[in-house]
Amino acid sequence: MKTALYIFVMAGVTYLIRMIPFTFFRKPIKSRFFRSFLHYIPYAVLSAMTIPAIFHSTGSIITAIAGTVVAIIFAYMELPLIVVALAAAAAAYITGFFV
Amino acid sequence: MKPFVRGMYHGLPIALGYLSVSFAFGIKAVQCGLSAAASVITSAANLTSAGQAAGVDIIAAGGTLIEMVLVQLVINMRYSLMSLSLSQRLDKGFSLPHRLAASYGITDEIFAVCSAQRERLKPSYMYGMILVAFVGWVSGTAIGAAAGQLLPESINSAIGIVLYGMFLAIIVPPSKKQKSVLLVVTVSATLSIAFKLFLKSISAGFAVIICAAAAAALGAALFPVQDEEVSQ
Repeated sequence: MKTALYIFVMAGVTYLIRMIPFTFFRKPIKSRFFRSFLHYIPYAVLSAMTIPAIFHSTGSIITAIAGTVVAIIFAYMELPLIVVALAAAAAAYITGFFV
Repeated sequence: MKPFVRGMYHGLPIALGYLSVSFAFGIKAVQCGLSAAASVITSAANLTSAGQAAGVDIIAAGGTLIEMVLVQLVINMRYSLMSLSLSQRLDKGFSLPHRLAASYGITDEIFAVCSAQRERLKPSYMYGMILVAFVGWVSGTAIGAAAGQLLPESINSAIGIVLYGMFLAIIVPPSKKQKSVLLVVTVSATLSIAFKLFLKSISAGFAVIICAAAAAALGAALFPVQDEEVSQ
């Protein structure tokens, strides 16, 4: 029962963090700076989340680097998301046999 | 293709990446003393990786509810930035009930894919994506909690890179075309590395917020966007 309460509180806080800005920000933002800021936020967030974490994502920095390099090359060629993502995993998997 | 189906299709790589991550979470949650059912409910109710991992740690350690609230706030605060960003790109069909429902599914990955869309976001598009991602997340947790180590370690560790590969697929193409995005991405990554090396005491979730906000503010100051770019 105590665990249920903790899970409920965890889920409630997580939901409110997502819901409040999404629901109550209805008017277009006027400030050009803030609009630009929000335009760049997705790229900035993803970049900070990916680097350096990607290098520790496979348990071996060598296989992770192989996967990263393949992902960047495939992404540069503008292949679909799923292709890039799976190619990165395949590269890490194959490299794993040699390290 | 209907928006719902397109959303489901776009959600496939997300679900695939989630499978491995939530599989690991399921194993961890059971190790932390949660039942398989409680692990699955946690995943279904939260739909977030870092927050859940920290949450079951608190449960296992017998932490207080205040601690739970604060830790979730810090780790998940990045979602409020993402929600705010997405709120500017919603289709007119996004009424209050749709906003209340769809906000449940704003994860790092769903935010990432939604941000990469050129047209305004329709509720059905987001629901399709959230549904597929949800199935991946919850079923992965169930398998992990129930069956423990099913996959050989070599495959399991390689799958760990899937979500990051997807992130790269989202940020690399615009960085190639716009030097403003390249600058933002490079600054954010550099700060993130600096945090990891020199400011280990700051939690990963908080570090992401600081790095991203600083890099996006720099981008906004140096390369303010035109109205057309924003309204896309």
